[in-house]
Amino acid sequence: MPMSDDKQRQANSNNKTAKKLLVVVAAMFGFGFALVPLYDVFCDITGLNGKTNTAAVAYEASSVDESRTVKVQFITRNAKGVPWKFEPIINEVEVHPGEMKVVSFYAKNNAAHKIVGQAVPSVSPGLAAGYFHKMECFCFNEQPLMALEDVEMSLQFYVDLALPEDIKTLTLSYTLYDITEKSS
Amino acid sequence: MTTDVIAQDSHDEHHDDHKMTGLKRWLYTTNHKDIGTLYLWFAFIMLLTGGALAMVIRAELFQPGLQFVEPDFFNQLTTVHGLIMVFGAIMPAFTGFANWMIPMMIGAPDMAMPRMNNWSFWILPFAFAILLSSFFMESGAPNFGWTFYAPLSTTYSNGSTAFFVFAVHIMGISSIMGAINIVVTIMNLRAPGMTYMKMPLFVWTFFITAYLLIAVMPVLAGVVTMLLTDTYFGTSFFDAAGGGDPVMFQHIFWFFGHPEVYIMILPAFGIVSTTIPAFSRKRLFGYSSMVYATSSIALLSFIVWAHHMFTTGMPLFGELFFMYCTMLIAVPTGVKVFNWVATMWKGALTFETPMLFSIAFVILFTIGGFSGLMLAMTPVDFQYHDTYFVVAHFHYVLVTGSLFSLYAGAYYWLPKWTGHMYNDALSKWHFWCSLISVNLLFFPMHFLGLAGMPRRIPDYALQFADFNKWVSIGGFAFGLSQLIFLAAVIKCIRGGEKAPAKPWDGAIGLEWTVASPAPYHTFSTPPPQKDIDNANQHEH
Ligand code: HEM
Ligand SMILES: [Cu+2]
Repeated sequence: MPMSDDKQRQANSNNKTAKKLLVVVAAMFGFGFALVPLYDVFCDITGLNGKTNTAAVAYEASSVDESRTVKVQFITRNAKGVPWKFEPIINEVEVHPGEMKVVSFYAKNNAAHKIVGQAVPSVSPGLAAGYFHKMECFCFNEQPLMALEDVEMSLQFYVDLALPEDIKTLTLSYTLYDITEKSS
Repeated sequence: MTTDVIAQDSHDEHHDDHKMTGLKRWLYTTNHKDIGTLYLWFAFIMLLTGGALAMVIRAELFQPGLQFVEPDFFNQLTTVHGLIMVFGAIMPAFTGFANWMIPMMIGAPDMAMPRMNNWSFWILPFAFAILLSSFFMESGAPNFGWTFYAPLSTTYSNGSTAFFVFAVHIMGISSIMGAINIVVTIMNLRAPGMTYMKMPLFVWTFFITAYLLIAVMPVLAGVVTMLLTDTYFGTSFFDAAGGGDPVMFQHIFWFFGHPEVYIMILPAFGIVSTTIPAFSRKRLFGYSSMVYATSSIALLSFIVWAHHMFTTGMPLFGELFFMYCTMLIAVPTGVKVFNWVATMWKGALTFETPMLFSIAFVILFTIGGFSGLMLAMTPVDFQYHDTYFVVAHFHYVLVTGSLFSLYAGAYYWLPKWTGHMYNDALSKWHFWCSLISVNLLFFPMHFLGLAGMPRRIPDYALQFADFNKWVSIGGFAFGLSQLIFLAAVIKCIRGGEKAPAKPWDGAIGLEWTVASPAPYHTFSTPPPQKDIDNANQHEH
């Protein structure tokens, strides 16, 4: 049974509207994924989220501000089930903004097999993350350890001169993950 | 797939006046009334299923200590209860109303894409079969909460994530197809003379809700896809070890999640904006302001999502921004409540069951709105977050809000759907039992939450025992009360006093210009302008 012209016209216009809406659906699906890079960019620009630099930066402070002292605390945490001993050798240091500092962390693989570890840093308060610069960090690399092997790992950093006045304590937290599967 | 279905629709002829019989009729139907009925029954079955899970939850929580279920199974119960109620009961029930009523209210012969309509319903049972079947698998059902936060649902998944993701994808496709159909129907099939601002508010709320669905269901599809690849294919969207971020999961989820809660309440606003004027024998107060309030709620719903995340360590500016935006939503919401009350003001009120449910809706939804406002205040949310206070809040807005509006709508239109009046005594029993038990069930949860009882736990400290006992008793009573509704509906379908075309003297709307029960095909020719003018909700 052929359709009347009217019916056909109506059906065509319905399909046109529906297709436009489908484009919106596709766009929003894409938008969901676009949120991932957007989120990172947003956090990067605003310095939210406590993420620190993921690759080494050069020392760029023009001077050392001896009038200010900032306390930097170190904490470590193992992701669920990672059989490593992992801890800072000293728990906190006092630094002046602009001053370069080196501290060490100790790690030991207590398992009977090789494990590749990856430490992921985060700074609290989140807004301070952008003022915490790492020139060298074990967290830039994977850290393979044989069974019962241990290692001392170093972190070299300085706190930016522009660190807001009201921030007097920074906490740098490392979470250690087992990435053996992913790195092999 | 959707495009195919749309393409087919244009070659489709849908005035097969000879109805098919038996199962085939329901399987192949493209009739909006049949599909509406299917949605409504499906939603009610899901309501009872999700309710049964809740009964087990309340049995476990009747006393402190572990009585009936293991903690892990308890988590599966709360997760699946939430998923079923949100995606299986409330949302499909509203889609059922949309299917039944929108074409009749705008003077259209059917939904714009009847064959797609059939598809969007019939894939739903499969989604829930998959979800529920995971209870019987080795992995168990999803146990990570209806909000499926990573890494609970990725790294620490019990193995049910794949089923979960697949089920959610199907639900999403179904909702999106349903929403596209609603938008196209409203944009293209309004009877001549039915301008946008003459549409019943009911139609407006579904129109706006459909847009919300089109905007955020794809984001949900995206986030579950990321979950799937994180869990099984080694990506690291939400895995800090691989450079991802678990907090980002919450941002993307709630970007969907908050508009989703409005998807579940805007249609409820539409229903009570229909029933309250009818039983007040007045026109809706402030029709245009209702349209604008609904639209602004929908728009604002996109910029408040992080009020679910105040305790994730957001910077102060973020906390303040999301706090004020959330409070801003209370303004258009307040406009609505004001307008309903103003509609009743000096009206000739009668208290038929749909009106009882509607009045209860206005009062109890407002209580839920107030607890929402309390939660919106960042500093106090630090105390209330993840406690029973939140549980109380969203059950007031969803059960005494969305579900009560659905009951109001069901009793209001049952005569049109079945051709019979419902049994008044049964319906009153249903209302009063529900009203009393629902408050016994959810009101003490406020106190439990304020006293610090965390949500999603199978056991609790002794000091919470008394309230929990009352809550459980309320829960069982509320669960049983819903069976009265089942009885009332079955009785109404089977027989009862013959319903006239317009059983409510104060009702307006094109649906009352056709016979009761509504003939299989209505408005094959558009309604006369006079009827359209009489149906408009503006005050004169
Ligand atoms: C005046 C309007 C409302 C305000 C200000 C509001 C505010 C909030 C806030 C701040 C939370 C987060 C609480 C927390 O987790 O600490 C919340 C949770 C929630 N709200 Fe509302 N809300 C409102 C209306 C609604 C409506 C209308 C619905 C649904 C119909 C709804 C459903 C929910 C749900 C489901 C949750 C809990 C989600 C979860 O964590 O599982 N709310 N609300
Ligand atoms: Cu919200």
